[in-house]
Amino acid sequence: MLHIVVCVKQVPDSREIRIHPKTNTLIRQGVPAIANFYDMHGLEEALRIKDQHGARITVITMGPPPAEKTLKECISLGADEAILVTDRKFAGADTLATSYVLAKAIQKAAEEFGPVDLVFCGKQTLDGDTGQVGPGIACRLDLEQLTYVEKVVRLDVEKRRITVHRHLEDGVEVVETRLPALITALQEMNKVRRASLPGMIRAARYKPIVWTVKDFSDIDVSKIGLKGSPTIVAKSWVPEQKPVDGEILEDTPPEEAARQLVDKLWETELPEKLGWDAEREEVAP
Amino acid sequence: MTEARNPNTEPDWSEYRGVLVVVEQREGKARPVSWQLLGIGRQLAQKLEVDTLALVMGQDVEHLAREAISYGADKVYLADDPVLKDYRTFPYSRVCLELIREIKPEIVLFGATYTGRDLAGAIATHLPTGLTADSTMLDVEPPPSRLLLASRPAFSEKMVATILCKKYRPQMATARPGVFDALPRDPSRQGEIIPFRCPVKEEDVAARVLDFIQDEQKVHLEDASVIVAGGRGLGSPDGFKMLKELADALGGVVGASRAVVEAGWISHDHQVGQTGHTVRPKLYIAVGISGAVQHVVGMQNSDVIVAINKDPSAPIFKIAHYGVVGDWSQIVPAMIEEVKKRRGLLPVEKA
Ligand SMILES: Cc1cc2nc3c(=O)[nH]c(=O)nc-3n(C[C@H](O)[C@H](O)[C@H](O)COP(=O)(O)OP(=O)(O)OC[C@H]3O[C@@H](n4cnc5c(N)ncnc54)[C@H](O)[C@@H]3O)c2cc1C
Ligand SMILES: Nc1ncnc2c1ncn2[C@@H]1O[C@H](COP(=O)(O)O)[C@@H](O)[C@H]1O
Repeated sequence: MLHIVVCVKQVPDSREIRIHPKTNTLIRQGVPAIANFYDMHGLEEALRIKDQHGARITVITMGPPPAEKTLKECISLGADEAILVTDRKFAGADTLATSYVLAKAIQKAAEEFGPVDLVFCGKQTLDGDTGQVGPGIACRLDLEQLTYVEKVVRLDVEKRRITVHRHLEDGVEVVETRLPALITALQEMNKVRRASLPGMIRAARYKPIVWTVKDFSDIDVSKIGLKGSPTIVAKSWVPEQKPVDGEILEDTPPEEAARQLVDKLWETELPEKLGWDAEREEVAP
Repeated sequence: MTEARNPNTEPDWSEYRGVLVVVEQREGKARPVSWQLLGIGRQLAQKLEVDTLALVMGQDVEHLAREAISYGADKVYLADDPVLKDYRTFPYSRVCLELIREIKPEIVLFGATYTGRDLAGAIATHLPTGLTADSTMLDVEPPPSRLLLASRPAFSEKMVATILCKKYRPQMATARPGVFDALPRDPSRQGEIIPFRCPVKEEDVAARVLDFIQDEQKVHLEDASVIVAGGRGLGSPDGFKMLKELADALGGVVGASRAVVEAGWISHDHQVGQTGHTVRPKLYIAVGISGAVQHVVGMQNSDVIVAINKDPSAPIFKIAHYGVVGDWSQIVPAMIEEVKKRRGLLPVEKA
């Protein structure tokens, strides 16, 4: 049977984070923790493969104990097993250290529940917002790397080949490759289902498997957490709103306003900036 | 145990010199962000007193190596090989890795595009080194420190954070398209093109690109120099026809607020703002958009902002360089006329 791992992160809903107007600091209070929504599209795709071909789905998250809530949500939707990778020593990880630990956890899941055929990650997280962890895992485990996937077109379990649509700036790329592979999921991939009643009952009783540093036989502690993270945040600040003292036309007849506006744009040297100078010379009388 | 390492003693990085820009291309056409990166990369290189380097990968892409010189590269490494015809993570990352290990640049820059992020994420893990995603500001501390200061938006654009990588080389970053300026193209610039081998054979690559479905309809907000964006004030989807006409006259594209995307007047590709695209065109014209903070974070860094709104107290006027209070349906047609006239786009009147 196929074994699919889905990496899901619990994140603060950064859209809800506000900046304190006086102190310019983040107001984290009351910001809900949610499952990173791209990851849930990865889970949904895994569930669809399970529905069609049969599969065992293991969800893995690295984070503090409250992330258990997100894991239960995944179980309620139909995941078979959920693993919480948690330890103070993992804290402060950047993408390199995160992909190291998740790769170790996927290896361990493979040892315990069978070889892994597919890994799903989200396109990116709401808080980290890098999209680097997926490629990092693929690289460490020698998985075929399929990022920004908007559709799984074909999965040939027998031949162990997969075909996907990758989303690019100017179109869609159709790529076929071997298993095992890692896919990073876009929102467009599918519509996430709702939990069924049996699913919710199972989730309510379910206790996630917990792995701490001690549970890994071969983890290099210099590669985890803050210490294993090459990048450091030197400083952060709230960008200043450029004070703009704009020229606003009021009570001007439309044609007149339009003409003045275009005049202004031409005065800002817009044609030069846009490379219309040559053209203008041609046009000039 | 590796505990003994003293974090205060900086390793000796003197072998690592130069700023390398990885040029992105598809079917022999470079993405504009590549030349923008050469623009900023050259500034960094000058501060560090080192060469600006570029890597061009693909098949039949020698012309791009020459272009890279015109846009500011001193030396261009050219990996031209049939295996590199289509972008695939494995062969492309192997070329980058071998080159980085051989020439040891201190900084490597990629576009924060789908391909650039895919590639940079793989390479940073292999090396390993730190990688800052989606930078919008790049600077270096002058020698002897030579640290890359890569700044990027955080918390849904509400903050900016500066990221450093002290313990590893090279320092890597992906940078957003449309944020940095390319140097003017100068075909007379001199530089060196150095062929570089592709270490991967076709039979060792599992992935096949079967097809590419071009989407002509798709807008490239990030690459656009002019954006004419419409909001709920347009009153109906029809309003976008006129905005398109103005955008065409200005050589730009059409953007939108979330309100109209949610109303189904236009596709999500066009949305500017926190949950849409972050843009920085030379000219942004907001038509019938109130200027909610979630919209503004996505466009406030545009060079020139124009607002057209019938409500003089609309917040969009607070960030607009030029504004007109009035009904867009009267102002926009007059603007189209005026722009076409000045650009000589109006048909010559027949007697
Ligand atoms: C989590 C979250 C994320 C969001 N992300 C985004 C985002 O990414 N992008 C985004 O845009 N929004 C986003 N929003 C929504 C945002 O808060 C606003 O609701 C939205 O931007 C409003 O769109 P609008 O300006 O088109 O509409 P409105 O606010 O309704 O403004 C319409 C404007 O048109 C003017 N008008 C009406 N008739 C005319 C006329 N005839 N001529 C001229 N002017 C006229 C009105 O005076 C008014 O100012 C987000 C909201 C949330 C909560
Ligand atoms: N702590 C984590 N636990 C589980 N999955 C994660 C974690 N961090 C990142 N991921 C996965 O990697 C993807 C990309 O994350 P990022 O590189 O942080 O944007 C996410 O969408 C998740 O699927």
